[in-house]
Amino acid sequence: MVDVNHFKDRFKQLQSASPDGQIARIRLKGFDTFSKTGLPAPRNEEWKYTSISGLFNDKEYHFAADDGQPVFTRSDLDAIRLPGHQGANELVFVNGWFMPMLSAIRSPDDQLTVLPLEDAAKGIYKKQIKEHLGQSSRYIKDGIHALNTSFIYGGVFIHVAKRRELQYPVYLYHLSDAREHHTLCQPRSLIYMEEGSKMQLVETFKTIGTSDSFTNQVMEIVVNNNALIEYYKIQNDAANASQVSTTHIRQIGRGYAHAVTITLNGGIIRNNMNLILEAAGNEAHLYGLYMLKGHTHADNHTLVDNREPGCLSNQLYKGIVDDNATGVFNGKIMVQPQAQKTNAYQSNKNILLSDNAGINTKPQLEIFADDVKCSHGCTVGQLDETALFYLRTRGIPIENARAMLLEAFTEDILDQVKPKLLRKHVKQLIREHLSIKK
Amino acid sequence: MKEELNTLEQTVLNDYKYGFVTDIDTDIVPKGINETLIRLIWAKKNEPDWMLDWRLKAYTQWQKMEEPKWPNVTYPAINYQDIIYYAAPKQKGQLKGLDELDPELRRTFEKLGISLDEQKRLSGVAVDVVMDSVSVATSFKKQLSEIGVIFCSMSEAIQQHPELVKKYLGSVVPMTDNYFAALNAAVFTDGSFCFIPKSVRCPMELSTYFRINAENSGQFERTLIIAEDDSYVSYLEGCTAPMRDENQLHAAVVELVALSKAEIKYSTVQNWYPGDKEGHGGIYNFVTKRGICIGEHSKISWTQVETGSAITWKYPSVILKGDGSIGEFYSIALTNNHQQADTGTKMIHLGKNTKSRIVSKGISAGYSNNSYRGLVRAGKGATNARNYSQCDSLLLGDKCGANTFPYIEVKNTTAVVEHEATTSKIGEDQLFYCKQRGIDTETAVALIVNGFAKEVMNQLPMEFAVEAQKLLAINLEGSVG
Repeated sequence: MVDVNHFKDRFKQLQSASPDGQIARIRLKGFDTFSKTGLPAPRNEEWKYTSISGLFNDKEYHFAADDGQPVFTRSDLDAIRLPGHQGANELVFVNGWFMPMLSAIRSPDDQLTVLPLEDAAKGIYKKQIKEHLGQSSRYIKDGIHALNTSFIYGGVFIHVAKRRELQYPVYLYHLSDAREHHTLCQPRSLIYMEEGSKMQLVETFKTIGTSDSFTNQVMEIVVNNNALIEYYKIQNDAANASQVSTTHIRQIGRGYAHAVTITLNGGIIRNNMNLILEAAGNEAHLYGLYMLKGHTHADNHTLVDNREPGCLSNQLYKGIVDDNATGVFNGKIMVQPQAQKTNAYQSNKNILLSDNAGINTKPQLEIFADDVKCSHGCTVGQLDETALFYLRTRGIPIENARAMLLEAFTEDILDQVKPKLLRKHVKQLIREHLSIKK
Repeated sequence: MKEELNTLEQTVLNDYKYGFVTDIDTDIVPKGINETLIRLIWAKKNEPDWMLDWRLKAYTQWQKMEEPKWPNVTYPAINYQDIIYYAAPKQKGQLKGLDELDPELRRTFEKLGISLDEQKRLSGVAVDVVMDSVSVATSFKKQLSEIGVIFCSMSEAIQQHPELVKKYLGSVVPMTDNYFAALNAAVFTDGSFCFIPKSVRCPMELSTYFRINAENSGQFERTLIIAEDDSYVSYLEGCTAPMRDENQLHAAVVELVALSKAEIKYSTVQNWYPGDKEGHGGIYNFVTKRGICIGEHSKISWTQVETGSAITWKYPSVILKGDGSIGEFYSIALTNNHQQADTGTKMIHLGKNTKSRIVSKGISAGYSNNSYRGLVRAGKGATNARNYSQCDSLLLGDKCGANTFPYIEVKNTTAVVEHEATTSKIGEDQLFYCKQRGIDTETAVALIVNGFAKEVMNQLPMEFAVEAQKLLAINLEGSVG
């Protein structure tokens, strides 16, 4: 069981080090929730299939705050740099802290502003911080989310200016230092997209070292009228790296969101993808692909809350689960009474490759308006025998035939990765995962 | 069409036509639950000692348990000490024949349209009637016993076939299964018992009719059906209650056991009093129903039409243990006014080549809330398990809600599980088409709803299909416009 007191001391230290302002108040509220609820247990319906309490058994995690300055250099970064980084804004987090020293902003000032959260809260973005930081707590009330909120420090605020389309994508690298001890990282970010702005955001994670790392991330994205966000999350870390990754997108104006989550390797992974459609006529597309091997456990939770009329949302999540891995999908669509003319679709397709693997899926609809079109579908199955047979009759060995069909299965998600270089990179990762040679 | 029009006209005058109270002498025990009460029920029913142990054990467990909070329903806390746990129409000694039945009681069931008299022999349905806490009459007993079918009240079965009851009671729904099942195990008063011997195809539909009459009482019945190798039975269940302002609790348990190649078809038309338009009164229907396909190639099929009750909380389930066994679930759940329903099924695939099919149709109107909650689990040994689920919801009005919570857990690589769900409203074009042809809105809605529910209706035995169709129309009355 997790000792709340262990966190309490840290929390007090942090509060006394930076006691002032809006962020300290949000932290206090977060810690209040955390001490009441503790870490989520399986009896919590939202955590029925994923247990993270085991990660904290007999294990003490080092806080980012323990370490002071990071121990990585720019050359350590090269190992995880994504293709196209020369033409991208690179933001680096180490152990959950934003590191301006390692980061590189390439877009001009009048397009993109990147500030530590604390600085943003004091300056001209005070209003945005006040109104939008911590809004995800309204939807996610569990202890692990509150734990992140309790320790908001060293996060980042990203602002995209009015009617500016970023030429360079924003790459976010999360590095965890697990070389000497187990590390707990709690990155926090708030992204504010002004009216008519456009951004591509790519996020990836890397643990360095053989001890365990646990990343508990919260990212809040606010999308205004006519703004467009493309968001890509690529999870391909080592088996000693576990994470809870929350992305909370609020479309407060009539905007457009496109999110793709690719999960390949890791320990226990939980993704919360929330999409709150707060203005009429919003459009959003969520895609996910999880290809799990070994003992990886990946849990994708999506929530689409239709709050205003005429919104369109579409979700497609696909999974291939092998070895002793477990795949979980929980998709919730809510339609509030005033959200008439909602169109909401959801689909989850799974292939189970091993008898020791498991798939738990729970698509959920909660609908309180009558003039809507909502549907969900999900399947769990295997590769098509006739397709396999077809390939084998043409002399393709069964292993290759299988890999071909699996690769084809992933194709429609891959197609949703729009930046060309990134798509090529992800395709390569998928092929490696399926042991396909170049 | 004409038939439906008539039904609608009727219902304008009479919303819930089964809402009368029968004035009859009733044997009632004081309110409240405690050990003394359980001993009292045990003594009244003249049961063997092992039943007392069983009941007390369940009661001890029940006290340790908590009422489930996860269903998507809200209701004020139930005071379990304010319920009458035993109420029985008074009878003078053992009945020799149905002629000796209290005329008042007989009239009650005539009003409800149930053939206690064997004059309706042609309808060919054997009925067991349960009023409040006890079974009052069972028809066609003799004919059935000639071919070896045992169809009697639970109390009678405990007396006369203790070996069967002892073997199977609680084998499908253990006494500690859930809060309401434990309560039922402690205080259950009667119910139906049915045993179909080897290689017998039951020649008529068996049916139980439940009626709550006494005020403040709860009904806790327990039904057990056992189908031996190669046998077949079709079983119907119906229920009604008077209109009262208070909420009454109905916590039943139904257990089905199908041995090798046996088939059980269980149909329910549930029409408990749903409460008035403002949501006062009505029955809390908290029921545990479960069947187990123990033998190879056995089959259990649940069909339900849920139109009544203030709150429905039930998940007729099938455990598919025998290789090649089949489970089916067909459901229509209609909620209107302030009704709440959280219903669905569980299909637990354990054996090889097991198949299951789920078709659920939810219709919500008024201020009601209708949820489908289902689980499909394919265990490690469930090679080639196959499931197909379909849940459709129809929303009539913008004050009601429709939710689906399907859980799918797969542990076997050869299992194939499919689920699909849709939510929509009645199409303007469909309504327009009907109206253009001179059919008024209300009739058109009834027509479309019946079409929506047809797939499930087709599964009902003929005797029920007509009743169920009328019920749908009645319950939708006033929900349009």
